Amino acid sequence: MDVAINMTDTETARAPMLVLGLGNILLQDEGVGIAVIERLQRRYRVSDEVELLDGGTSGMSLLDDIRSREHLVVVDAVRTGKPAGTEVVLTGDEVPAFLCNKVSPHQLALSDVLANLALMSESPHQVTVIGMEPLSLETHLGLSKLVASRLQSLTDRVIEQIAAAGYQVEPLDREAWNNNLSLMTEA
Amino acid sequence: MAKRIVVDPMTRIEGHLRVDCEVDGGKVVKAWSSGQMWRGIELILEGRDPRDAWIITQRICGVCTTVHAITSVRAVENALNMEVPLNAQYIRNMIITAHGVHDHIVHFYQLSALDWVDIVSALQADPAKAAQIAQSLSDWPLNNVTVFKEVQAKLQSFVNTGQLGVFASGYWGHPAMKLPPEINLIAVAHYFQALDYQRTANKIVSVLGSKTPHIQNLAVGGVANPINLDSQSTLTLERLAYIRSIIDELGDFVRKVYMVDVAAIGAMYADWTQYGAGVTNYLSVPDLPLDTKGTQFALPGGYIQNADLSTFQPISSYQDAFFENGVKESVKHAWYQGGKGALHPYDGETIPQYTDFQDDGKYSWVKAPTFNDKRAQVGPLANVLAMAAAGHEPTTRNLQTVLDMAGAVAGAQIPVAALHSTIGRHAARAVRTAVLHEALEKQWVLLMENIGKGDYDTYNKPEFPKGEIRGFGYHEAPRGVLSHWTVIRDGKIANYQAVVPSTWNAGPRDEADEAGPYEASLLDNPVAEPEKPLEVIRTIHSFDPCLACAIHMVDTEQKEITRVQGVGAQCGVKF
Repeated sequence: MDVAINMTDTETARAPMLVLGLGNILLQDEGVGIAVIERLQRRYRVSDEVELLDGGTSGMSLLDDIRSREHLVVVDAVRTGKPAGTEVVLTGDEVPAFLCNKVSPHQLALSDVLANLALMSESPHQVTVIGMEPLSLETHLGLSKLVASRLQSLTDRVIEQIAAAGYQVEPLDREAWNNNLSLMTEA
Repeated sequence: MAKRIVVDPMTRIEGHLRVDCEVDGGKVVKAWSSGQMWRGIELILEGRDPRDAWIITQRICGVCTTVHAITSVRAVENALNMEVPLNAQYIRNMIITAHGVHDHIVHFYQLSALDWVDIVSALQADPAKAAQIAQSLSDWPLNNVTVFKEVQAKLQSFVNTGQLGVFASGYWGHPAMKLPPEINLIAVAHYFQALDYQRTANKIVSVLGSKTPHIQNLAVGGVANPINLDSQSTLTLERLAYIRSIIDELGDFVRKVYMVDVAAIGAMYADWTQYGAGVTNYLSVPDLPLDTKGTQFALPGGYIQNADLSTFQPISSYQDAFFENGVKESVKHAWYQGGKGALHPYDGETIPQYTDFQDDGKYSWVKAPTFNDKRAQVGPLANVLAMAAAGHEPTTRNLQTVLDMAGAVAGAQIPVAALHSTIGRHAARAVRTAVLHEALEKQWVLLMENIGKGDYDTYNKPEFPKGEIRGFGYHEAPRGVLSHWTVIRDGKIANYQAVVPSTWNAGPRDEADEAGPYEASLLDNPVAEPEKPLEVIRTIHSFDPCLACAIHMVDTEQKEITRVQGVGAQCGVKF
């Protein structure tokens, strides 16, 4: 197996914006946040000032990735009681409420991280949560048809956030798509 | 009247864990540990290419991504009876040890220190006195009055902004909090510093694994890190030198801060060596293979019965039948179809059969593993006891250091037997961190020496035969023994079972109705204030469950009466 590995640079400059996909890809629509990250990585050219990260279901190990960012955009499956496939965008004061009301399966891990950052005075300056109501959380690799059909729309919401912050995102021509990614969410 | 406390952590990461305690006369008299979510994630693997299993298994858990990846490739390599190039072993070993150091530091400072340290009390401390105490314990350069003043000011301004609510779960002023303000201030300062050092440890994982939180560099048969000392995209001398510099930085923190804090705080909570022993059969596995076949290891492991180190039986290779044949899982008290007795993982079945929570019947989605038909505790304590019993010099030396430091603070000799306890699990974890750190240094040297001999191999190509093969892989992960078991038919996965550390420790009663380690460890734990069962949290956290907790207080007569947040369940962050 020949795998070209791009080693992480030992000291890279940090991008001011982090787009963080959270979720478990083994639980169907739970992985929608990861699917958005993979789509952005595969089909778009995103400014160097924006880092795209598949955070999985990690907690404290994301601390360093999140600290002191200008913008943190969390992409995740969220449950607010609205119909499956509904897009949810939370900003400002809605975010802590989101974390407290446990509408996301990962909110505890993420709130641990954010609490520690607050104590260290290294909170991200602006936090936005972009989510979608899941249809199915069954044990299965791959999104439900409904959520898969709305993945592009959810990705567009994230792109709007990136653009609103003043950073570039350009769609790639189909020939230029990066097919070297694991692409488990689109398999 | 007996009261019932329900500890119900809320994370899907490992499946919700809920712990119920019956409290009478200020003590826990009965306990149940219950996994609240069925995953069956193993089923996703059936029919897939065994070479991809590690990519999928590292998604099982958000805290333990790396460890599932490593264990999965080992299981498939074992089924194929493959050898793994030395460089690949060393690179994997460095990832394992760096990840372990990271994980243990985060566990002590960020996830459990607030069970013992009252951060509000730190505001009352005299920084000069704190510096004097800290310097008497360690020559860590940041133990000085300037740093302690800064930390106190930072903490004060945080409290002034009204954000203490993010640690709403902290039990400030709880009667079980015993540390003087100066010790609390020292601990808070180290809490901040730990955030930097856990990050340092994680950098080693991300440089070698090419990414975190999900490493990318593994392969069945080796690693995908091409070694070419000149090329920019591979493992170069510059990167290896960078890793070396990080390793050195980490060592000072582990030895001068983490070990000292655990010893000092442990000594001040000496009563907690009396609680939390629970199941004292201990199981751990050897790790850090030093040859291509997995017959020699840098760190020993094995089985100890009834807290008696003289009963130690080593597990000595990846083919060891003592381990392979000893593991079984019972579903008598778990929500699965049973009736066949405890089953070996190769024959394991996962057919759900949900009932309600039945105190004497089925009450958990977690199976109950046994080793040679007995319950066993896993984790750093199990591993440290095994390594000590095996006479592993770095372990006995670091263990003695921690016991001596704690003894000096307590003004009394502290025996090894004190480790069979809630506080003992923290002490053992600190010892293991020091041992892992020394092992990390050695693996770096071994890798450099091997490359120096001109060996650049990192990968052997796997070949899958027709017909059925089976294999198991194990790893001494931060939370204890992790094993993956797989049956492969015609190159595709036919069965896959992961027996995870939390299953060993958090499992319900077994085939013989014996309580599991969490359940047994809670018996006789004091509970001063049932509305704030800090003591229950202390014991459960000492196992390092990768779960945060929320607590429901349930009165057996009136059902749920109050609800409080557990340590780790934090919310209300403002930006």
